[in-house]
Amino acid sequence: MIREKYPAEIEGLLKRYPHKKSAVLPLMHLAQHVYGYMSKEAMHEVAEILDLDPTHILSLAGFYSLFYEEKVGKYVLEICNDLACALCGAEEFVQMACDKLGIGVDETTEDGLFTVKTVMCLAACDRAPMLQCNLKFHENLNEAKFDQLITQLRREATAGPSEMGVVERISAYAKQA
Amino acid sequence: MAHILFRHRDIPDIHKFDVYVANGGYEGLKKALTMKPSEVIDVVRASNLRGRGGAGFPTGLKWSFIPKAAGDKYVLVNSDESEMGTFKDRELLEKNPHQVIEGTLIAAYAIGAELAFNYCRGEFMDVGYAFEEALLECRANNIVGKNILGSDFNCEYYTYYGAGAYICGEETALIKSLEGELGQPWSKPPFPAIEGLYQKPTVVNNTETLANVPPIIVNGAEWYTKIGTEKSTGPKLMCLSGHINNPGNYEIEMGSITYHDLVYGEEYGGGIPGGKKFKALLPVGGSGPIINEAALEASITYEGLKPFGSDMGSGSVVVMDETVDIVWVAMKLAHFFSHESCGKCTPCREGTYWIDKLLTRIHHGEGSEGDLQTLQSVAGQIGGRCLCALGDFAVSPVAGTYRHFADEFKAKVNGSQ
Repeated sequence: MIREKYPAEIEGLLKRYPHKKSAVLPLMHLAQHVYGYMSKEAMHEVAEILDLDPTHILSLAGFYSLFYEEKVGKYVLEICNDLACALCGAEEFVQMACDKLGIGVDETTEDGLFTVKTVMCLAACDRAPMLQCNLKFHENLNEAKFDQLITQLRREATAGPSEMGVVERISAYAKQA
Repeated sequence: MAHILFRHRDIPDIHKFDVYVANGGYEGLKKALTMKPSEVIDVVRASNLRGRGGAGFPTGLKWSFIPKAAGDKYVLVNSDESEMGTFKDRELLEKNPHQVIEGTLIAAYAIGAELAFNYCRGEFMDVGYAFEEALLECRANNIVGKNILGSDFNCEYYTYYGAGAYICGEETALIKSLEGELGQPWSKPPFPAIEGLYQKPTVVNNTETLANVPPIIVNGAEWYTKIGTEKSTGPKLMCLSGHINNPGNYEIEMGSITYHDLVYGEEYGGGIPGGKKFKALLPVGGSGPIINEAALEASITYEGLKPFGSDMGSGSVVVMDETVDIVWVAMKLAHFFSHESCGKCTPCREGTYWIDKLLTRIHHGEGSEGDLQTLQSVAGQIGGRCLCALGDFAVSPVAGTYRHFADEFKAKVNGSQ
């Protein structure tokens, strides 16, 4: 599916590297963007493009924390609760987010929209509490801003996204150089 | 004092090519191209510029290890910035990307590389647009690509995004990751300067380190050595977070202020919220020993914290007030390293797991005196026995916090807290 949807991006990415195996993480990012998680189909497609054994993709998906091996919600809310953020109320923020959505950490809402995860430092310690949602940063958060974000995401889920996804936008640069 | 690295704080829109050029941008690259590559390395060596990623290795010396013979060579920028409490490279990439690009290209010219990658952590895609745009501007203006600025120098330059792995900030793990493998370090030698990316000579430099290079080439080594101290030349970006009134990044001249100034100075941290008392500070994020009040008088330099058993590292300063439970801090740090251990070598993989487990137990009041001894013993089995520095980093939350706050650990196991 990424071959049909992003042929120019893939071609651009492959041109960048003296050895095409290097394109594996960028292609996995694209695949996850399209398939929603690193499903069997996603892994097989990346493996086919790069002539790699699918088990290699599986091992990478297990090693790198941004890849999900299990199905996740449409929006993955990754809240940093590492030490610097935790000193500024991140643990309480995680609890508040979970309570609002009626799920626990690593769980997905019944409508399949939201998954909450806790993650290690995201290099935004001066803007805690913060989270990334499908790789987009949301910083200096509080309960009101969290409510706004959830409302906006629910709206986007039916009306369609208001802007290009982060992975899609970054991958598009490979078309230009 | 005008900023040397955070020039965007003095000059609006310097992330744009035209503004950067109008303010002296790419003059360093132009000048370097009129010099012999070996002369460029000599200037950087003479400047005493040291790596800003944490280790402080002399940059010019690193470049000089690259074999002079022709052949494929690479420059990799380490923008994996994943140390807890560090967010300085991110600001450079977002706000002053051309200075990083210029520094990279000068490094590439100096070592004879025709391909450079900026390895960013995967979570930097959202802050990566400015850097990507800057690279496009460079292509359009003959700064990246063939015959750069009319010279014989060719260099391609791309970004690469990781996918969530702290260990990829270690240079050999970064290389493996860029090759499409698991980001696991290898036992050196071979050093990347001889066998790096695709087994070719490779320089890996931190983002901030490279941002120092253009002004060094433009103004000369002597100018640079007048900034800072003899062993710690130049400016340093300091990241301030935790219990602090003004969290954020600060560019300082090394040796010009103390940690006390950084925390309490009006132009810096502005003190602790709510007028609470200072308890401790992590000067190296999670990777170095914690310091207490006595060490606040240390000057911010590579050598300043040595007498206090700690380091400046990458400059990530996490401040903690009197309300903080130190055993909880140790547990959080231990959990980080257990999560981020790559699993390749046994002392780190197993040791970090047990330290995490023991500290969690102690923190929850379920530990015993014996657990404290086991903790020390496990830590002793990790330090100095691992493939890379992550293992040593994982020991410091235990060793450092226990050294200064043994009473708190003991109180927890005796059930009195």
